[in-house]
Formats: sequence, structure tokens, C-alpha cells
Amino acid sequence: MLELNQLTKTFHPGTPNEVRALRGVNLTIEDGSFVVVIGTNGSGKSTLLNAVAGSFFVDTGSIRLRGEDVTRWPEHRRAKFIGRVFQNPFTGTAPHLSIAENLALAAKRGRARGCGWALNSSLSSDLRERVRQMGLGMEDRLSNAIGSLSGGQRQSLTLLMAGLIKPDLLLLDEHTAALDPKSADQVIRLTDDMIRRDKLTTMMVTHSMHQAAYLGDRLIMMVRGQVIHDFRGTEKQRLTPEALLARFEEVRRLEQLDEAAAEQLRRQYV
Amino acid sequence: MTLLIGSLTMGLILALLAFGVLISFRILAFRDLTADGSLTLGGSVAAALLVSGWNPWAATFVAVLSGALAGATTGVLAMKCKINGLLAGILVMTALYSVNLRVMGKSNVPLMESRTILSSAEQLADASTHWRIWIGLWPGQFGYEDVFLPLALDHDMSVIGLVLLMIAAVGVGMVAFFRTNLGLAMRATGDNPDMIRALGVDVDWMTTLGLAIANGLTAFAGALLVQYQGFADVQMGIGMVVLGFASVIIGETLVGSRIVGFLICGAVMGSVLFRLLVAIALRWGLNPNDLKLVTAVFVLAALVTPDLWKAARKQLSPAR
Ligand SMILES: Nc1ncnc2c1ncn2[C@@H]1O[C@H](COP(=O)(O)OP(=O)(O)OP(=O)(O)O)[C@@H](O)[C@H]1O
Ligand SMILES: [Mg+2]
Repeated sequence: MLELNQLTKTFHPGTPNEVRALRGVNLTIEDGSFVVVIGTNGSGKSTLLNAVAGSFFVDTGSIRLRGEDVTRWPEHRRAKFIGRVFQNPFTGTAPHLSIAENLALAAKRGRARGCGWALNSSLSSDLRERVRQMGLGMEDRLSNAIGSLSGGQRQSLTLLMAGLIKPDLLLLDEHTAALDPKSADQVIRLTDDMIRRDKLTTMMVTHSMHQAAYLGDRLIMMVRGQVIHDFRGTEKQRLTPEALLARFEEVRRLEQLDEAAAEQLRRQYV
Repeated sequence: MTLLIGSLTMGLILALLAFGVLISFRILAFRDLTADGSLTLGGSVAAALLVSGWNPWAATFVAVLSGALAGATTGVLAMKCKINGLLAGILVMTALYSVNLRVMGKSNVPLMESRTILSSAEQLADASTHWRIWIGLWPGQFGYEDVFLPLALDHDMSVIGLVLLMIAAVGVGMVAFFRTNLGLAMRATGDNPDMIRALGVDVDWMTTLGLAIANGLTAFAGALLVQYQGFADVQMGIGMVVLGFASVIIGETLVGSRIVGFLICGAVMGSVLFRLLVAIALRWGLNPNDLKLVTAVFVLAALVTPDLWKAARKQLSPAR
């Protein structure tokens, strides 16, 4: 279970560039729930995920994971509980290491790393099996440098790595946004399969209204550093991409965003 | 012949420096300039201890530790105090100049008759001859002994043999280390720190550990160098980073691979080859004073040539 209590974060406080990226976010995510996060550009979605992962400390508020207060934990310590896939396919893998070595690193996520061999034969065959199950035909190329793969392949492997040891929380930040449509579909299918199979507690940011409507069992919408809508259960099941777009329009009226921002919204989502 | 053996030995000793540079520049992707100071530190600590009668192995060990401490200092300055890595290295290197003078008490310490690791190699060779004679194999008995014994007894050969053994041991140790969970995490730290942080590794600590190992190896080179040439000098480290880097670059070109084991072999080959080239150049009349200039130009050329080459090919390839 993840509990966020009154999170705030301001970048460059006290300067002309001041950005209040999070303005009091309250959110509780139960174990096994798959939460889709949508919102306008700059509404603080990535900031929220980064705050949870520990990329920086929040200014105020608290973050509890599995009942533990992790608010002041550095990122590498939280990694014991958290699996992540980033928007950029290059962020999640070490390009000059082989596929097998990248996976071996992920097999030790959050654990002590000592002087045992990183790739013993039992781990190697385990990893090969996991890669085979993905069905992308990469199991015979495990010794190739991961940098030689396509973005979609790398993102699929990053996803596998994030779930290799079952994480208490999976964070996906627009992890298909940089991919071509075909790879994006593939990665989304793998994502959904993995989350269902392992009943992973997940937060997934997306810009695709299609993904937002048809994936997950809960949806939150962020505007200006706050969660303004929270759909769950049957309400979430009934959502359609069109209904979500209508919500964005409503947000526009309520928040009286200027016309330019609305135009940007339309370009992006329609 | 002595020239050849001399440059071989120097090349092998400085391969340890190349290992250090390889770890910091290539594996950690950290531009560490501490080496100029930590090589001298290793040398001066070893010299000071040897002159005061320490066991040469213990003295060398302490020298390695001192280098590791210097590297760790650079690591902490860069990672914890958030100082630019280049600057952190320069700061430690500069501070070490005074430290080295303190350690030695003066700017140059001759080892005189102190026992060294390398002189014990000679004794070992002697001992093995005695032993052979003792069990009834005496020189000349089988004919080939007449050829090999003079070599085995030869000071230079026993020294180069021991150095070779140590380099091989360190090289194998490094290859093994970079295949462990810890070593693999260190490689990933240099390759993609964001990724490895998200997998639970403390990047600051890992970088500091890597720099400690790198500078420990560099200090090892310094300690051996002092024992080989018979004196320590506070100036001995000047230009060593560039020298190590040159060896690493030559090695990479020779092996043409980024696999760690190959890189390590390459560093040894590069270091030895560079020494041989230097020896030949000096033979041909290169002024020793110009050596560092030539080395720097060489590294510069090696760094820009691939880019120039690419640009040239782009120019030449037909426009599409
Ligand atoms: N590290 C940072 N330093 C300074 N400002 C930042 C930083 N990260 C985010 N911001 C600012 O905080 C605001 C929220 O950004 P964030 O990346 O969370 O938005 P987002 O909802 O993920 O947007 P997008 O849909 O474009 O990804 C933006 O105005 C952004 O410029
Ligand atoms: Mg974002």
C-alpha cells in the first residue's frame, strides 16, 4: 500500500523560475490496484512519480510504502520496493552491458551485492526462460550488448527488469511515448499481462486516452500539481476515451485555462 | 637487450597505472586526475617505509592503501560535496604534493641498500638455483641449462618475471571482480547511473569505491616504480594520467573491443608498446624533455582522429 499525504514540491523556490509542481497531493493506493495517471503537460505527473521513487525529496508531506515512512529515504534505498520504467528507453538499461548482465543487475534490485558471480548458470537459465516467456525472440541473444537493440525491445526488457523481483510498487512514466505505434502496443500488452499475472500495485502515467480508458482499475487526473478527479470501480470501467476528453474540456472551463493551453490540449489528445 | 628488457619492465609496471586509468575513465566514466598525485604517494610511502626498514611487501601494501585513500577522498569530494569531478581530482592531486613531501621529508629519497620486492625476486631466483643444485641438477648437466641458467640468474629476468606475475594476478583479479555482482554494478554505475540507482545501488558510494580501487592500483604502480628505479621523487607523478590514458587508448585500438577482459589485456599491451615506442624514439634522438609534449600530442591525436575521420567520410560520401 502506498500512502501520499499532503505532498508539495516547488522547484527553484524564490526565483523567477519558481514552479509549484506539487500542491498538496493526497492519494492512497491499495495493494494490487493499477492506477492510471493522466493530466495536462506540466501538471506534475512525472514529478509525482519521481517524488514517490525518491529522485528528490518533497518539501512537505509524507510518503508511506508498505506502512513504512520512506519520505527521507534516498532513491537507491526505496528501489528495494519499487520497480520503474522510464519514458526514455535509454534511461532504463546500461547500453554497453549485455542483455544478460542487465537482467542480472535487475535480479539483485535492492539487495546486497557481494562478490558472488553475477551470472551463475542457474540464474542464466532462469533469465533465458523469463525472456523466452516474453515471446520477443531475444532469448538467444542474451550476450549481445543491450545498446544494439531497438527502443521497443529495450523498453520491453526494462519492463521485465522492473518486474524480475516482484516490486511492491511499479512506476511507469509514459513508458510507451517514445515508441512507434507497433512497439508501443507490444509493450502495453506486456505491461498489462505482467501486472495482471503478478497482481502488481502500479502507477502508470500516459498521454494516450485509449490506454487510460481501457487499462487499469482506477484513474486519477492531475491539474496544476493536484489530483482533481479520481475514478474507481465501475465508474472507471465505464470511462471511454471520449468521456475523458470531455473531462479535459471541463477542466479547461473550470480552471479557465487560457485558450492557447486548450489548443495545445486539443492538438495533443484529439 | 637491456634497453628492451628495461622498457618491458617499465611498461609492465606502468600497466598498473593503465589499469587505474581504465577503471576511472572507462569503467566509471569519471575523469579522475588524482593519479598524478596518487602514483607519487604510492612511491613516497613505499620509499619512506623501505628506508626505515619495513618488509618490502608490507611497505608496498601500505602504499596501495594510501593510494586507495587518496582516490576515496576524490570520490567523496566529487560525489558528496558535489564538486566537479575534474576539480576534485586536481584538488587532491595538489594537496598530495605537500603530503608526499611530508611523507618523504625531502624531495628525493634514494633507497640505497634497502631490501625491495624486486631484490627479493633475485634472491628467489638464486634460491631456486641452489635448490636445483641441492637436489642434484647442476648447471650444464642437460646442456640446455647452459643456455637458460644465466637467464634465470640474471637480475633483470627475475625482476621482469616477478612483475609479470604480479600484473597477471592483478589482471585476472580485475576480470574476476568485474564479473561479480559488485563489479557488474560498478560497470553499470559508469554506463548508466540513473538505471543502476533505480536498481538500488548507491551511485556515490560505488563511484568512491571504484576511485579507491583505481588509485590503489596507481599507487601500486608508483611503489613498484620506486623499487625498480631505486629512488622516489616528488616529481615522478607529473603527466602520469596522460601516460596511462595513452596506454589505454593504444590498448583499445589493439584489441578493438569493449569487453572488460580485452580492455585489461589491451591496457597491458598498450602500456608496454608505449614504453617500447618511447625507448625507440629516445634512441633515435628524441630529447627526453620533449617526451611529455609528444605524449600529450599523441593522446590529442588519438582523441580527435576518430571524429576527423568521421567528418571526412561524411564530406566524401555522396549527398543524398
Ligand atoms: N527537475 C526539475 N527542475 C525544475 N523544474 C521541474 C523539474 N521537474 C519538473 N519541473 C517542472 O515542474 C512542472 C511539472 O512537471 P512534470 O514533469 O511533473 O509534468 P508532467 O505532468 O509530467 O508533464 P508532461 O506531460 O509534459 O510529462 C513543470 O512545469 C516542469 O517544468
Ligand atoms: Mg512527464
